[in-house]
Amino acid sequence: MVSIDVWNASVDFPIFDAKSRSLKKLALGKVGGKIESEGRVPIIEALHDITLSLKDGDRVGLVGHNGAGKSTLLRLLAGIYEPTRGQSRIIGKVAPVFDLGVGMDPEISGYENIMIRGLFLGMSRKQMETRVDDIAQFTELGDYLQMPLRTYSTGMRVRLALGVVTSINPEILLLDEGIGAVDAAFMAKARDRLKDLVARSGLLVFANHSDEFLGEFCDKAIWMDEGHVKMFGGLREVLTAYKGYDPFERKHPHEETPVLSGNGGE
Amino acid sequence: MQATSTLDQAEAPPAVKSRSFKRAFADVREAWDHRELWGHLGWQDIKQRYRRSVIGPLWITISMGTTALALGLLYSVLFDTNVPTFLPYVTVGFIIWNFILGCITEGTDVFIANEGLIKHLPAPITVHVMRMVWRQVLFLAHNLVVYAVVLAIFFTALDHPYTITKGGIEHPGISWTIVLAIPGFALLAVNAVWIALLFGVISTRFRDIPPVVNSFINLVFFMTPIVWDAGVLQRVTGGSGDNDWRMLIAELNPVYHFVEVVRAPLLGHAVDWHHWAVVGGFTVVGWFAALVILRNYRARVSYWV
Repeated sequence: MVSIDVWNASVDFPIFDAKSRSLKKLALGKVGGKIESEGRVPIIEALHDITLSLKDGDRVGLVGHNGAGKSTLLRLLAGIYEPTRGQSRIIGKVAPVFDLGVGMDPEISGYENIMIRGLFLGMSRKQMETRVDDIAQFTELGDYLQMPLRTYSTGMRVRLALGVVTSINPEILLLDEGIGAVDAAFMAKARDRLKDLVARSGLLVFANHSDEFLGEFCDKAIWMDEGHVKMFGGLREVLTAYKGYDPFERKHPHEETPVLSGNGGE
Repeated sequence: MQATSTLDQAEAPPAVKSRSFKRAFADVREAWDHRELWGHLGWQDIKQRYRRSVIGPLWITISMGTTALALGLLYSVLFDTNVPTFLPYVTVGFIIWNFILGCITEGTDVFIANEGLIKHLPAPITVHVMRMVWRQVLFLAHNLVVYAVVLAIFFTALDHPYTITKGGIEHPGISWTIVLAIPGFALLAVNAVWIALLFGVISTRFRDIPPVVNSFINLVFFMTPIVWDAGVLQRVTGGSGDNDWRMLIAELNPVYHFVEVVRAPLLGHAVDWHHWAVVGGFTVVGWFAALVILRNYRARVSYWV
């Protein structure tokens, strides 16, 4: 049974600037005792009082403005951040695809990066070796897999990361925005795999600005605003409230009409 | 606006606390289960470092060889000692010291350097420590080649009772006790893990620690009997034994005991169990401290990096 439960969870980041992040300050602060307000570490409340319950089969879109806490929420759901207050419980094998510039080593080859990502996500070397060919085929990177990752374009990195996570059968798939960097032809391929994955009773949380992607993959949505869950419910309902109009309204009666807000929401 | 589907919210939060020894132990245990990961990453680090050089990791061996040769010759002249016994002594001491140095200095940096991985892939934080220690073990393995060469050259000087400094302790010479180096090194590596965990977490929070450690570590090198023989202390105290305060110069230095449990068997020195006792004590106390830190601050590391 795959599930993510979060109870009244908050994520607060202490911001240690160069001054407060030193022992000297701490020692002096204690001795002096009076500069309390200055000695205290400023805190950014990235997420505030989040209560969520996601189960297998849930396909949840994550919308909200920049800085609303979407990426932080994804990391909370991945277990990377444990809530500073409140509780969280994650049951299932998590595979995150976050910011693609980080978490991959630019100096080593695509093959090596596939291997390392797979090992991090709990696969064994043998299991990854059997999957490497499949990933190579799926990502269409071919001989590029021998090249160091720094020679890759953003789209190629997305391909690599998606290739890894979709080949290892994760139970919980967390996708941050940035997935949109691949071309349409590849997206069509990735779509089939992702749908397949979700159909195998996985759990998907997908942060994206595109109505098209959200409409295709998700049936529920979370609207994040200033670190709060402003709304959690059916996809159409949430998107309507978030955007102020129904993005799917026009689409259904007249399929041929181009969707005006392909990348709306900002 | 209200959340619309709070109805299916699971009722009570679990009683599992984030700050518990159970979670601290789980972190270490899961890191052990991930050994294929850090094993792979450790190798990768070594290959990476010498990626475009022609002779690759052989550089590790070469630089150790030249340093040991130069230091050994220099100090045997300075201290007026016998090169065939003193050079192996300096070589082995320096190899072990390099391992300890790597574990401490890179240990303080272990989480800071892995910020990207920590923030992007969920994994037990001990994984990063294991990767670093494993990398140091691999460095040491490369350096052991130097030991093998030195041992082959000077074996005839070491296979019978000998003294390093004139008037120093007489060592029995290389014998079966050489196998004690294996448990000795295992103990050293186990200690390296707690040191890196403890210093790593503290350094991630207090960024002054790495520079402090880096500036004091050189002092430790000179205080530790590596390029000088602890037997010298015996001589200056007139062999009067362990009661002289000058003996404490070495005895109070924990690094001395760590070096000695590995070095003594490799050189055929007399096995002195009090070093083992000290190291054993540090293992227990150190791991306890590391687990307490891990219990309280394990979940904070991803916030601090």
